[in-house]
Amino acid sequence: MEGVEASEKVKRTTPRLCSLCNQRKAALRRPKTLEQICRECFYNVFEDEIHRVIVENNLFKPGDRIAIGASGGKDSTVLAYVLSELNKRHNYGLDLFLLSIDEGITGYRDDSLETVKRNEIQYGLPLKIVSYKELYQWTMDEIVKAIGLKNNCTFCGVFRRQALDRGAALIQADKIVTGHNADDIAETVLLNILRGDIARLSRCTSITTGEDGPIPRCKPFKYTYEKEIVMYAYFKKLDYFSTECIYSPNAYRGFAREFIKDLERIRPRAILDIIRSGEDFRISTTTRMPEQGTCQQCGYISSQKLCKACVLLEGLNRGLPKLGIGRKKVCSGEDQVQSKRHLENKALSFHGKHGNVEWKR
Amino acid sequence: MAVCGSACGSNCVPKDTEGEEGERLKRLSLEEESSVRRCTKCAEEEARKECNGLCAGCFRAYLYGKFKLAVTSNAMISPTDKVLVAFSGGPSSRVALEFIHEMQSKALACWDASNSQALPVFTVGVVFMEECNISDELSDQADDVIAQIRSIVSGLSPPSKDLHIVPMESLFSSDLRKLVGSINDATGREDFVRHLRMLSLQRVAFEFGYNKLVLGLSASGIARHVLSATVKGQGYSLPADMQYVDTRWKAPVVLPIRDCLEQELVTLCNLESLKHVQVHDKRCTSINGLVSSFIARLREDNSSREHTILRTAGKLKPFNFNKFSSNQYEYVPSRLRPKFQFIETGEPESPEVLCPICASPLTATELATTRCSQQMKGLNIKEMEAFYLSCCQSCHFQILPKEETSMSCDGFFDLLPKPMVKRSLLRLVVSYSMHFSTFTTTTKPFVPNKLG
Repeated sequence: MEGVEASEKVKRTTPRLCSLCNQRKAALRRPKTLEQICRECFYNVFEDEIHRVIVENNLFKPGDRIAIGASGGKDSTVLAYVLSELNKRHNYGLDLFLLSIDEGITGYRDDSLETVKRNEIQYGLPLKIVSYKELYQWTMDEIVKAIGLKNNCTFCGVFRRQALDRGAALIQADKIVTGHNADDIAETVLLNILRGDIARLSRCTSITTGEDGPIPRCKPFKYTYEKEIVMYAYFKKLDYFSTECIYSPNAYRGFAREFIKDLERIRPRAILDIIRSGEDFRISTTTRMPEQGTCQQCGYISSQKLCKACVLLEGLNRGLPKLGIGRKKVCSGEDQVQSKRHLENKALSFHGKHGNVEWKR
Repeated sequence: MAVCGSACGSNCVPKDTEGEEGERLKRLSLEEESSVRRCTKCAEEEARKECNGLCAGCFRAYLYGKFKLAVTSNAMISPTDKVLVAFSGGPSSRVALEFIHEMQSKALACWDASNSQALPVFTVGVVFMEECNISDELSDQADDVIAQIRSIVSGLSPPSKDLHIVPMESLFSSDLRKLVGSINDATGREDFVRHLRMLSLQRVAFEFGYNKLVLGLSASGIARHVLSATVKGQGYSLPADMQYVDTRWKAPVVLPIRDCLEQELVTLCNLESLKHVQVHDKRCTSINGLVSSFIARLREDNSSREHTILRTAGKLKPFNFNKFSSNQYEYVPSRLRPKFQFIETGEPESPEVLCPICASPLTATELATTRCSQQMKGLNIKEMEAFYLSCCQSCHFQILPKEETSMSCDGFFDLLPKPMVKRSLLRLVVSYSMHFSTFTTTTKPFVPNKLG
């Protein structure tokens, strides 16, 4: 026992060399592989892995106009930085733009937008801001006031997806890139298993989605760990906004996130293993999957008659906050009085003991 | 004679109903005041809180009904079968044993009563696997556990059942404790013991002539397996271990209580005072332990989460070994037989290549890597190398020795049970002979010395 302690002490005092270059002093331990490496090697291996992902998956072609979904947070800031670096270094020939969405969350989004405006100057990338207020006439603050603190992430996510597409169309972009990292995708795989969403489970691990639609979107950070992105931003002293959304503590994703954090501590490669499992899932041919069509109201891509954004918006405008949430019991064409009464009965269970919104029977 | 109850308010109850009807109404209203709930199914007995609004009798019938449906609609047990029930002492396998015993007793009563007695009654045996000498479990309680198990099984007659209490290390000639202890990864250790357990159960079934193996795996157990397998990168092979029927083994494995939640089974054990052995909760630093506590937390938030996980995983494509071959359905009623003899349209699936340690089907990528490496090594491949090459990536990572481990690759290979090694040699030959045409070099196919 003592011998082990003594040798460990010795390890700490003698400077360890980087295990990749064996020249410089090791400055950090890489979260993905637990290797002790120096800063320069870390930058190289981080950027190189992303470059390989881009090349092996044919994400871009020369001349593409790319809209980078920029929130001012660490993922999108590092994405903007690394993409513009790799664009120059490897001559991708891309036209990069920053596209930011203003959901109207005071104390959070207005601060992070300032960061994006600074990024515009720092990286020299043109910025376009699209807001919920101008698109839907509702801000997230107003939505939360109307529906409470449960399910607001559903509204925000659905609206943001459409907002990104509309914003990209406005700047005539060919592709959208988002900063979704490996942790995000692993959480999504788990969430879809827990919620029984087999349709999303089959799509969520694709690195490019919406290829048959007007503007495809891709995730170059699919295999990049969140911890490594934070480390990269810290060491490179990149300017980013580091506060969590003020409405997020109640999100169901929190369960999956906590689990993944614990998992990473036991086995770091588990995050990539979850993604690999998600890619390997084979759906039985007898399962009914939703068909892709278009929304009758706005023409947006949808598997139902009306797209989710239209349904949610209608719910907000009619004062029916639960429209579109939970299992479909009220269709939008129903008598307003009947649907209101129906929802009033259910409103009793809205903030019930479990607070869950699934119809019980 | 309509009674308006209290809503009318005009006291219009006719006098002649104040006999029985009045008594019943009085009792009902008294009960409403004292909040005694009736079973939602039979409305006779008192509903138990832990039985989801059912009385004890209806709850048992509900669980037994699930068991019976699983057995009959999947043709799990035929009259000529010799069924071996793997009994760990825990509540799930206790209920499985109880239900199988009930099914057998009923079949025996029918047989006694029938004139022709043409179809026999299936026989049931019970096996308890002693593992305390292999992993670091408390061995001082082992004798008590064994005594309890003996008394449980002896109480389950007629018909009487053979009980096999088998120490795992007696089945194989190698030092299993050393082998398991050499695995560094805690999760890998647990999983390897599980694979050894299956190998041992199959060995017992073979030695004593059983042709089916029943496991008491509940819906909760399967939900845990779904998440653990996802987390270990086994998404391709996940559906293999969670179906009703698994014919990868000599004695096909069936899961009759697959649709029952663990909570429900524990409740049933408590209600009926079914003796079972308390499985003590070890503080696990493994992924399996983490998944268990995660699912427990999810269950507190929403009690039907396990069912949802099961349903999601149920939509994944099972393998061709997850159903019996058509000639095994001869005892199924003819109206149901077409269901099993239906062959899925589409391209015929080639037989899956299985990992020799965990028996999970290899993905296309793993197969390609294996074949590539085998090709490169050619005829000079050692038995140990060939074995390691044929394992899946998950076993490679968490079970097989790496440079940092104390035991060498050769040492580990020498300690492996022979049946496990044999599986790999067979697969090598099969995959080589099947896909010889895809080789571009003129290397002769590898033929191992001993197939045994």
